[in-house]
Amino acid sequence: MSIQLSQVFAIAPHHRFQWEEAQECFVILFPEGMVKLNQGAGEILSLVNGQHSVQQIIDALKAKFPGADDIDGDILAMLELALSKGWLSEVAQ
Amino acid sequence: MSKTASLGRSEVQKEIAMNNGVAQSVTRTQPLWLLAEVTYRCPLHCAFCYNPTDYDKHTQNELTTEQWINALREARKLGALQLGISGGEPLLRDDIEEIVVEAKKLGYYSNLITSGVGLTEKRIQAFKEGGLDHIQLSMHDITEEINNFITNTRTFELKKKVAAMIKSHGYPMVLNVVIHRYNIGHVKEILEMAEALGADYVELANTQYYGWSLINRSQLMPTMEQLQAAEKVTNEFREKHGNKMKIFFVVPDYYAERPKKCMNGWGEVFMIVTANGDVLPCHSARVLPNMQFPNVKGDSLSYAWSESDAFNKYRGDAWMKDPCRTCDEKEKDLGGCRCQAFMLTGDAEIADPVCTKSPYRHLIVEAIEEAKNPVIASQPIIFRNDKNSRALMEGEFADRVKPFHALP
Ligand code: SF4
Ligand code: SF4
Repeated sequence: MSIQLSQVFAIAPHHRFQWEEAQECFVILFPEGMVKLNQGAGEILSLVNGQHSVQQIIDALKAKFPGADDIDGDILAMLELALSKGWLSEVAQ
Repeated sequence: MSKTASLGRSEVQKEIAMNNGVAQSVTRTQPLWLLAEVTYRCPLHCAFCYNPTDYDKHTQNELTTEQWINALREARKLGALQLGISGGEPLLRDDIEEIVVEAKKLGYYSNLITSGVGLTEKRIQAFKEGGLDHIQLSMHDITEEINNFITNTRTFELKKKVAAMIKSHGYPMVLNVVIHRYNIGHVKEILEMAEALGADYVELANTQYYGWSLINRSQLMPTMEQLQAAEKVTNEFREKHGNKMKIFFVVPDYYAERPKKCMNGWGEVFMIVTANGDVLPCHSARVLPNMQFPNVKGDSLSYAWSESDAFNKYRGDAWMKDPCRTCDEKEKDLGGCRCQAFMLTGDAEIADPVCTKSPYRHLIVEAIEEAKNPVIASQPIIFRNDKNSRALMEGEFADRVKPFHALP
């Protein structure tokens, strides 16, 4: 499935996204376990809050990392992967 | 920021669940899961219970609320993220609400594993408000008669009510059904029932032979034919009903060729604290000979995890002997289960006898044959209750314990 820039996502129900001090990374927690996120994925998912559209997330990350060019595709790919894993759910507009 | 589309490394991803929710993962010497077996008291009397048969001696010296909260804090500092609250029946303690609140404060993802007995509207509301993340309901069978037979109480109607309660509080409905000879023929009904209850996940967990289920092994073990039929029914159900309800079918290790990677490796990701405060790398570790386990009443969890002899003894693979030592598959299963190896062979350092490379594989084959023997199989089930626990400790049922190298 292909994500639209106008879509809004939230962390899926029964999943928790949080910063882990002991592991120094963001994690996603769910009933059967957990996934440690790399820095990029953590940055992206920390902006997924049920309010920002995909476009807004991309703009915010571009502003935060001005040196990184051409990150749109990466961000979309990550969101698609997260969606396919069931970590995100779409928020109806 | 990273420019790859990978989302990071999966740390503990469920492929199959076993032993009360234990899952496969990458190894890592930091406890990620804390399993709190908060009490061994239980209103049910399941013949397949994996609790130790001598549990009765741990029912009068349970940890206090403060001791549990302290254990939660220490484990969190060590890196634990997932908390499983189980038993016995955890709801027999009236401080689960407090434990849940503390777990939330500390940042755990908390799971309550319950038979549902003792779950009331008031309690589930408190759990929800306190931040409990997840409830796993064990469902013993759908046929009331069989359910009552195997758990020895009338709890089935109650389970239906509890399932509805869990759903209505917005929890995912996760059912765990232990499979054995008396319900394996009802897998279709079990799945239909689970669907009617709105289950999101169903775990059909074939009995693993520890504790009570080990002394009842010949009575509980299904045949290969029954197992295959149940798997077929499960696959047909999946085909017909799609993926909305996820079904995990956990194959019993006796019918496999390789052992399970028990607890994901000794001292790798799981830390268990028992009702009386023992700190264990595996639920049944206390059956092993010449082992002293730390206890939270006198030892820190940090000591228990990193320094204690018990946690270091079977960590990694340095302890192995042949065939495991020179086996090219050893990282896959780490030689299987130490407790199963010891209980069945008398040698805790030998390959799990489930493995077809084990020189003791014949013990598994014999157990399967024995379960088919109508005379042996018709011996009475020893139900899990305080009286039988005391009797077993006093040496009764000797013929049922004799084949094993310790009291299961
Ligand atoms: S398996 Fe049955 S008897 Fe054992 S703790 Fe669970 S509910 Fe109680
Ligand atoms: S011989 Fe040992 S390590 Fe090799 S597969 Fe069997 S149990 Fe595992």
